[in-house]
Amino acid sequence: MPEKFKFAFMPSASCGGCEIAIVDIDEVILKVAELADIVYWPTVLDFKDKDLEAIPDGGVTVGFYNGAVRNTHDVYHAKLMRQKSQVLVAFGACAQMGGIPSLGNFWTTEEIAHRMYDTVPSVVNPEGTRPQTTFDAPEGELTLPRAMERSYALDQVVDVDYYLPGCPPQVKWIVAAVEAVASGELPPKGTVIAGTKAVCDECPRERSEEKQITEFKRIHLVENDPEKCLLEQGIMCCGPATRDGCEAACVVAGQGCRGCFGPTDNVNDMGAKLASAIASLVIADTQEEADRVLGQLDDPAGYFYRFGLAKSMLGVQRGERKDDDE
Amino acid sequence: MSEEFRPDILGIFCRWCSYSAADLAGVSRMKMPPTTKVVRVMCSSRADPVFALGALLIGADGVLVAGCAPGDCHYKTGNYQTRRRYALVEKIFDTLGLDNRRLKLVWIPASEGAKVKRVVTAMTESLQEAGPNPTRAEMFI
Repeated sequence: MPEKFKFAFMPSASCGGCEIAIVDIDEVILKVAELADIVYWPTVLDFKDKDLEAIPDGGVTVGFYNGAVRNTHDVYHAKLMRQKSQVLVAFGACAQMGGIPSLGNFWTTEEIAHRMYDTVPSVVNPEGTRPQTTFDAPEGELTLPRAMERSYALDQVVDVDYYLPGCPPQVKWIVAAVEAVASGELPPKGTVIAGTKAVCDECPRERSEEKQITEFKRIHLVENDPEKCLLEQGIMCCGPATRDGCEAACVVAGQGCRGCFGPTDNVNDMGAKLASAIASLVIADTQEEADRVLGQLDDPAGYFYRFGLAKSMLGVQRGERKDDDE
Repeated sequence: MSEEFRPDILGIFCRWCSYSAADLAGVSRMKMPPTTKVVRVMCSSRADPVFALGALLIGADGVLVAGCAPGDCHYKTGNYQTRRRYALVEKIFDTLGLDNRRLKLVWIPASEGAKVKRVVTAMTESLQEAGPNPTRAEMFI
């Protein structure tokens, strides 16, 4: 029997949903177990850093990294995974483009800490206590990683071979990736393992030739027509600028696309592209009308950059850059 | 006076109205601050917000987008699209804490060379007040 592949799964600044997606592949997990040994998966078994460190460099055939890079320990993990893996896959929207954690890039880390530890209504903290990176315990000094000034996508820290987009990644693309590894027919480096068109191409909802939006409505305030395009009904949907491959799962379920598959191949800044696409669908011939309709969109920046702020041209935030940030 | 800050402005002007107006201002030898570098596009709606954001991120102090007056678009509705886009981009600017003075959308009919002068002068002055673009100093990608 030929030597088995070795897989490693590394969680970082993530919610755990990506790991659930791995288990979600049902009976294919048996095929995976047949094909490969899972040498590192701290979410499932009690692995520690030293277990991964003990593996020789390049000893992991495929490393899957999920989550954004938010603190200094994540940077260590990312570099360690790169060192140990022959092929490194950015698994999920956070690793691919920053994801939800990168929404924090709208603020400085200090502003976020101020909100969390001082002004949240449920917090009583008159002494202004903040988490520290070191603590002198009787047993010796204890340390914690430091939250960096912003969060990063994986490929802003280390070299990445493939991307599996989605929040969480879809089963069929995980299977496709595993099969590609098994067959040895790997796509060119840098490939995003998903569709190449926009979600609208896959969407079964009916749309008219000329989409027209005269009003934006919050999703929970209207009963939407399950047959018609959501945008035409005034419900915000990121479909026009989002990569397909999910079979428009959210839109079919009656929820506007949130953009978790990231931009299509030809788009470099998803939020700006989406702003441009959505705005051109609005019917408003006067400045007042344009302001009124677009004013109904709450937090457009948050919506358009929900998953992609770290990778956006505007993946910026104010404040001093710390030297040890990657 | 010689030490005064001279902003760098990227102008994206539509071919039919605003660029002709700028041409007219030129042949009429109107004097205006030499701050605006104009790129000619077929329609102001070609001025994708991505271009404007990109210019600001690589260090332009301001972006001036100019098109035909509403109702006068050569392509009938191009400038309406531009207007909506920039209305949305302004909101995004607010969230990101970027200075709205740095991005301006104006309508300049072909016959109004004087308006080019007025707009460029006003924008130059407001940017002199705002100071150099802090993007590169304050923000990083």
